[in-house]
Formats: sequence, C-alpha cells, structure tokens
Amino acid sequence: MLTALLIMTGIAIVLGAALGYASIRFKVEGDPLVEKIDAILPQTQCGQCGYPGCKPYAQAISNGEADINQCPPGGEEGIRKLADLLGREVKPLSEEHGTEKPKSVARIDEQVCIGCTLCIQACPVDAIVGAAKQMHTVVAPLCTGCELCVAPCPVDCISMVPVAATVETWKWKYPVHELRSAA
Amino acid sequence: MITRLFGFKGGVKPESHKNESSGTPILTAPLPKRLVIPLRQSIRSTARCLVEPGQKVLKGEHIGEGEGGLGTSVHASTSGTVVEIAPYPMAHASGLETLSVVIEPDGEDRWIDHTPLDLRTVSREEALAWLRGCGIVGMGGAGFPTHVKLGGGRGIDTLVINGAECEPWITCDDRLMRERAPEVLSGAMILRELIGAKQVRVGIEDNKPEAIAAMQAAASGLGDAIAVVPVPTLYPAGGEKQLIRVLTGVEIPQGKLGTDFGVQCFNVGTAHAVHRAIRFGEPLVSRVVTLTGNVARPGNYEVLLGTQVVELLELAGPKADTNRYIMGGPMMGTELQSLSVPVTKGTNCVISASPALFPPPPPELPCIRCGACARACPAELQPFELYWFSRAKNFGKAQEYHLFDCIECGSCAFVCPSRIPLVDYYRFAKGEIWARERERLASDQARDRFEFRNFRQEREKEEKAAKLAAKAAETRAKLAESGEAPAQPAEAEDPKKALVAAALARAKQQQAAVTPKNTDGLSADVQAEIADIDARREKLNQQDADKAP
Repeated sequence: MLTALLIMTGIAIVLGAALGYASIRFKVEGDPLVEKIDAILPQTQCGQCGYPGCKPYAQAISNGEADINQCPPGGEEGIRKLADLLGREVKPLSEEHGTEKPKSVARIDEQVCIGCTLCIQACPVDAIVGAAKQMHTVVAPLCTGCELCVAPCPVDCISMVPVAATVETWKWKYPVHELRSAA
Repeated sequence: MITRLFGFKGGVKPESHKNESSGTPILTAPLPKRLVIPLRQSIRSTARCLVEPGQKVLKGEHIGEGEGGLGTSVHASTSGTVVEIAPYPMAHASGLETLSVVIEPDGEDRWIDHTPLDLRTVSREEALAWLRGCGIVGMGGAGFPTHVKLGGGRGIDTLVINGAECEPWITCDDRLMRERAPEVLSGAMILRELIGAKQVRVGIEDNKPEAIAAMQAAASGLGDAIAVVPVPTLYPAGGEKQLIRVLTGVEIPQGKLGTDFGVQCFNVGTAHAVHRAIRFGEPLVSRVVTLTGNVARPGNYEVLLGTQVVELLELAGPKADTNRYIMGGPMMGTELQSLSVPVTKGTNCVISASPALFPPPPPELPCIRCGACARACPAELQPFELYWFSRAKNFGKAQEYHLFDCIECGSCAFVCPSRIPLVDYYRFAKGEIWARERERLASDQARDRFEFRNFRQEREKEEKAAKLAAKAAETRAKLAESGEAPAQPAEAEDPKKALVAAALARAKQQQAAVTPKNTDGLSADVQAEIADIDARREKLNQQDADKAP
C-alpha cells in the first residue's frame, strides 16, 4: 500500500517537474492564432474594420470581438481564407465597413500641395515624404492604398489612382470558352 | 565521331511545315519607314533612355543603358533621327505598351565606328561587359542576357548549342545554319572560350539535313572539341532541358540549372550574334525572322530590330483570308494583339493564320482522364492533375504537383482528345501564384513599416519625456544651488509638474526681487494719502468680514 502510494507520488512529482520545465522551455510568445490571422489580412492598415490597424483587428477576431467580414481590402478571398482558418461559415463583406475596390495608390497633386504635413502624419506606413512648407510626394511602391491621407488634406490635393497592369504584373485570365448551345 | 544519344520522355510530332519557308535564302528586308525600338529587350529589365527627340543617331549607336543585373544595352538599328520617345505596344500576350524610341531612318544606314575585340588581350570580365554593351541576349525567345549566363559558368564541361528548332513552321535557325555556319561556329568557339567548356555539341533536329551538312562541313576544320549532332525530330527537342538530356544524358532536376551539372546551352542565333559582337564589334541590331503561313512569299528575312510587323508582312504578302497573326511558333507563340508591334531580339517568326491552316479549336469537352497528356509531357508532369487544380484555383496543390516545372510547350494540349486548352490554365495559375507572391511581399513590407512607425512614435514620446525630465532636473539643481529648496520636491517624479513648479518658483522669486517703481522716493503728502487709502480699504475689508458670518 505504502509502496504504491510512494510510486504514484514519485511519478506525479517527476511528470509535474517535466511539464513545468516544458512550459518554461517551450513557452509560446504571443498568441499564434493572432499571427496566423494577421498573415491573411492585407496589411493595408486602413482602419476600415474599425480597429487601428490589421494587428488589432486580428487580435479582435481571435478574441471573438470582431467578425471575419469587416476587411474590404481583403475582399471575398480574405474572408474565405479567414473562414478556412477559423472553421467558420463564409459570409459576404459587411456593407457598413466598405466595399471591395481595385488596388489604388494615393497621388499628390504637387501643384496644389501647400506642405502642411497632415498627410505625412496620417500615413500608417510612412509612404509620404516631405517637410513643412515643402512639397510632399507619395512613394508609390510603398503605398497600401488605405486612403487615410485623403481626408486630412486641407486643399484636397490627394487622389486615389488605380494601379495599372504592367508587363511584370499582367496576368493571364481564367480561360473562358464558349459553350455550345444545346441543339 | 560516334556519339551516343539519349531520349527524353514524352514529346509529340506535329506536322513540321518547314518546307514552306526554308527553300529560299535569307533576304535583307528593306529599310522600314520608321523603327519603334522598345527599351525593354531583355527579360525583366527596361533600359534607361540615353537619347532625346530630335537627336541624330547612327546605326549601332547606344540609345539605352541596361539597368540592374539583367539589363543589357539597346542600340539604334539604323541611322536617322529620333522623333519620339513614347510608350508603344510590345510583342507580348498582354498587348501592353512599353517605352520605345521611335527612329525615322535617313536612308543611309550608316554604321557608327566599331572595332573588334581581341579576346587575347582582355580579361573574361571585360569580354562579358563587352557583350552586355553589345546588347546580346538569348535569341531563342526568352531574351535572357548572355553575359549573365556566361558569368555563372564555373566548371562547365559541355557547351550545348541549340539548333534544334523544334517548333513547326519556324526556319530562321535552319537558314542561319545553312548560310552562315562558319560564323555560328565561330560564335560557339568564343562562347566556349568564355565559359571554359571542354567540348561543344551542336544539336540539330534531323529534319534539317542541309543545315546539318553545312554545320558539319564548317566544324570539320575546328578539331574534335566541336561536334555537330543530329537529334531525332520530336517536339520539344529544342527545349533547353530536353536538348541537354538528349545530347549529354544529364537530367536536370527541379530547381537546378544546367550549370550545376557542368552544361550550359545557347541558341545558334545567339552564337551568331556573339560572333558579330566580338569579331566585328557590331551590336545586336538585326535578326533573322521567318515569315510564313498563309502568305504569298514565305521566307526568311534579315530584319532590323524595331521594324513593325505590319511593314514586315508587306514583304511576304498575307493572303486575303488571313484572320490572325501568331508571333513565335504555333505551339508556344502568342497571338498578336496589334500589328504595330515591333520585332525584338526574341522574335523568330510571324505566322499568318487562316481558318483553313489553323482551324478554330473545337469546343472544350470534359476531361475523360485518358492520361494522354501525361504520356506526352516532356517534363514528366501530370498535366491532368495540374489542370484540375488550376481550374479549381487550388494553387497550393498545383505547386505541389510542380506547376513551375511546366515549360508551356503545349504537348499536352496537342494530344488532348477533349481539346482542353491546358496551357491556358497553367499560365493562368502561374500568373495568379506570382501575383499572390508579390502581394505577400508587399503586405509583409507594409506590416514591417507599420510596426516600425508605431515603434518610432512610441520612442519619440519616450524621448520627449526623457528630455523634459532632464530639463526639470537641471532647473531643480540650479534652484538648489541658488539656496532655495524646490517648491514641491514631492512631485519630482512627474517631470512636467516639476517644470511648472520650478517656473512658478522662478516667477515668485522675480516678483519678490522687483519692487514696484511708483512707490520709490515719494513725498510725505503722497505717502500720507496712500496710508489713508490703505486704512480705508482695511476698514472696508473688516466690515465685509464682520458681515459675512
């Protein structure tokens, strides 16, 4: 009886120690689910979802505070991927958060710009260069098309320009072939 | 010399249609009315323009400087005046525009001064830079810069010269080998010297006996190092990996290059261009183009780069029922969106197609899983699997089945009994996968920048707080020095409050130090009056205080 108890206690202590060590040694930093959701989100950092950036939205989805259909730049496909990851139903994009638009970049009309720096402060990815009372310009390859710089501009000199396909970015279309009409 | 040949799996035998255009010698195309020279002549790189409208240029003059690792120079194809630098449609499936230099020829076709390069007096690097400056790129179609291919060569054993020309209808390499065999082989020997290969093997499909004979005759004087090898006619024997397999038996696995196995491959056209560049110092300004199909005078023409297809077609005379034009061969070529596209370094053939010669494809039927495509695939893939995954947009699975090993040769679609345009699906899937990869890179970059911005804002806030605290501490120290204790040392933790307190203390001190000037040196009368007023005010205050409770 006593031997059995001792053996059981011994096993419990050894296993407990092993588990305790493992929990310290293999500790997971941060929530891996948030990272996975964040990897699917388009990183536009536009805030259309109602959260200040993609990471906070990922956090909110992971906590169950936000739905998966609040990201217009991610569009249908983003929702589908999120639904896949989280094992939820695919649903259409929530209309109150905006609509899916073709990818655009901001362009500053340099004739009109007064150099107020408001757009520079608004840009979430530091893609606008300029200084006070100097002309500003958008670094197009870095622009995510979030439109956050459009509203603060006091002279309305920022417009969103859709990105045209170049030889590098042009894609073959999905093959579509005419169906024979049933005779 | 008896050479053992190897085979590759799969392959198809389409009707060759070589005889239409291979019978007549290469003719020099007349000077066109205008030349549109795209600055994008090599793969993934657009040259920087060096000329401006109105400038006079000579034939072979440098008009575009190659940029980046894959850049090569672009030259004026004839002498004349630059009239415009503007985007023009290019020979690409998309029909998109690219920046081009438009030259109006002056009719003299006058060369710029050029001198040959003596390979014995220069280093290998200098010779490669020379080729880059001459704008030499692969002339088989892809347009990969030759100096880059040569530069990667270390420990190369075999140099393969590709004269297979396996696509139906095209005969430009055939005619080039028949008429300019010594020059092609001279180029091959230069390439061999630059890459340090022990032996050279020229692979030519055995449906070109005249070319084989001409090349063998030219090679007989060059010793044992060079061998002209007839290879069986089987499409796509001219694919780089397939030809290397046939000639050397080396099978290049996924993700590896020929150079990893001591083999490098160049097209015969490239060898010819290298010969002109080194022995004469001539940059690449013209090439041989096959005009064939539904035309009155099929044949091969030496065409200046930048000649528009519409002017070129006048030479061959397309027949009335021509309904579309194909650039390249019928298996891998692309339909031209516009006839104003210019001839580039990779243009080998323009086919005029009529419904009789190229009947419209019958409607696509469902896949019956017959496996004919898998037997025909020279890359030993499973085309039907790739088709299902591409069609279902299951791109991850398509990549698992090695979609990117597909060379888009079209053998699978050629044999498909259901006439499924398989290659269209693969191209679509590849494009989507590349686009996704670009998007992923862009979003990773955006994430990094966003996170750095947040970090920077946080850091700026901290730096500001630290600065304030330092200033507060300094002021306190100054006050302590001047013998006055800080007003409220308890609030020292909050630097802002401490600063305010310090400022208040300073103000009080100043107030105490300065006595109002108007009470200095007054007469006795005024002094008495002031005392009287003060007394009255005191009395009123007293009255107020009495009333209040």
